Amino acid sequence: MSTPFYVSPQQAMADRAEYARKGIARGRSVVVLQYTDGVVFVAENPSRALHKVSEIYDRIAFAAVGKYNEFENLRIGGVRYADLRGYTYDREDVTARGLANVYAQTLGTIFSSAAEKPYEVELIVAEVGSAPEEDQIYRLPHDGSIVDEHGSVAVGGNADQISSYLDQRHRDGMTLAEALKLAVDSLSRDTNGGERTLTAEQLEVATLDRTRPQQRKFKRILGRQLSRLLDEHAAEGDGKPAADADGGSGKAGASDEGADGKGTKGAKDKDDSEGESGPLL
Amino acid sequence: MEANTRSTGRLPAAFLTPGSSSFMDFLGDHSPDLLPGNRPLPPVQGAIEAPHGTTIVAAAFPGGVVLAGDRRATMGNVIAQRDIEKVFPADEYSAVGIAGTAGLAVEMVKLFQLELEHFEKVEGAQLSLEGKANRLSTMIRSNLGMAMQGLAVVPLFAGYDLDREKGRIFSYDVTGGRSEELGFAATGSGSVFARSSLKKLFQEDFTEDQTVMAVVQALYDAADDDSATGGPDMARRIYPIVTVITEDGFRKLTESEVAEVARAIYERRLEQPDGPRAALL
Repeated sequence: MSTPFYVSPQQAMADRAEYARKGIARGRSVVVLQYTDGVVFVAENPSRALHKVSEIYDRIAFAAVGKYNEFENLRIGGVRYADLRGYTYDREDVTARGLANVYAQTLGTIFSSAAEKPYEVELIVAEVGSAPEEDQIYRLPHDGSIVDEHGSVAVGGNADQISSYLDQRHRDGMTLAEALKLAVDSLSRDTNGGERTLTAEQLEVATLDRTRPQQRKFKRILGRQLSRLLDEHAAEGDGKPAADADGGSGKAGASDEGADGKGTKGAKDKDDSEGESGPLL
Repeated sequence: MEANTRSTGRLPAAFLTPGSSSFMDFLGDHSPDLLPGNRPLPPVQGAIEAPHGTTIVAAAFPGGVVLAGDRRATMGNVIAQRDIEKVFPADEYSAVGIAGTAGLAVEMVKLFQLELEHFEKVEGAQLSLEGKANRLSTMIRSNLGMAMQGLAVVPLFAGYDLDREKGRIFSYDVTGGRSEELGFAATGSGSVFARSSLKKLFQEDFTEDQTVMAVVQALYDAADDDSATGGPDMARRIYPIVTVITEDGFRKLTESEVAEVARAIYERRLEQPDGPRAALL
């Protein structure tokens, strides 16, 4: 039997944090932005069935990066928490703040318990209010801390880089198409400074739209509607984005590797056809 | 256990345990005391006096289904409430109307709505219309003990079946037995009269507007002969609740839309109190 040797608490925590961060960094990022009518969630996610963005309750949605089974577990826990709370009290009594607190406690306990491996996830919980000032966005890193965010936020692999890109460009009162364009631009920037082109098929987009007449404000933006919104910004920018995209996809094709090859190739094909149809619009 | 959801503590293990997509199953495991069917029944002598909802009618038309209810709740021979709502959306494509003990019925609807919504959020897909109808069956069955003491709940369930592309109606008995109705159906104390009325008026090729008219005629006839069913209250401007479910989803007619139909019927009945006549042969 080997003798257990001493590891300082600082070192143990640092190791756990590093483990979790590395796991998270492997995933593609998710960005969340406020726009005039609500909050938009944009993720790079080629899967149609496995979601990174989901509805939790009437005005509350959830976005996550990291290990799928871990954040899916937390998502379902959140849905159960919200539904039980709404059933016990009233639908109004389910709040993003309450949910974020529960998530923070859960993640925090798991992170500091030696018996469990830390969750490799980073979450965003957002609630749309009746006016932009009342929107709430919380970011929850792997260690159970909780950050109150405004305007825009990114989590995942390139979060720092994307966040600073978003911080510089995001402003209040953007339309959905503008916010979506900014989100896609931020996601398509590579670590090495190159640009890829993300097509509608590679994106998962959802909104919490305060103008929706239904009680449940969460809505996925799919297919034609998404393409139309993406085209809208391509047309607005005239020839410039097309030129950028051409250069970008070339670079990305060279720099991206392995598993990304397929996605990038798809993107390039789509990009070419867009290049043709672009000037016609 | 319940205390955990109220505090801001960690999510209890039950919340994070993979399991059923049913909210009722979750409640049964986690807080069985919150399930209506699990309440211990006090021994009582005779029937309990509690407000009762009365007449609900439904009729299908090509492309959808109409579900409507009067507004009266009675307790014995007293009108307990003049403007009660007994028709509720169950989800985007279905609605449920309730007759029977109002308190229990409203609770059942609340749980049923949550059951459908919970499934949709967890699974990322809607239940089939058949699945929804069966779920309601189970809930009525769980109320059997109460029903035996005179606190029965007998709903009428209608929805648009996206797979079969048509509106469908399901009726229930107190034991949870469900049967699909072709064309039209009614439940509650005035149902006998409403059903007879619809039997004479109903045609399979009615338009949406004609179906709404026929259904409100049936409610008028029910109110005419059943003291527990309320007719359109012109003086207080209380009109029936009429909902339409089509491919586009659930829609509740506005007060002015129903008022127009009810007023037209009322004026016609001033001349012909028994309403429209069917041909003898």
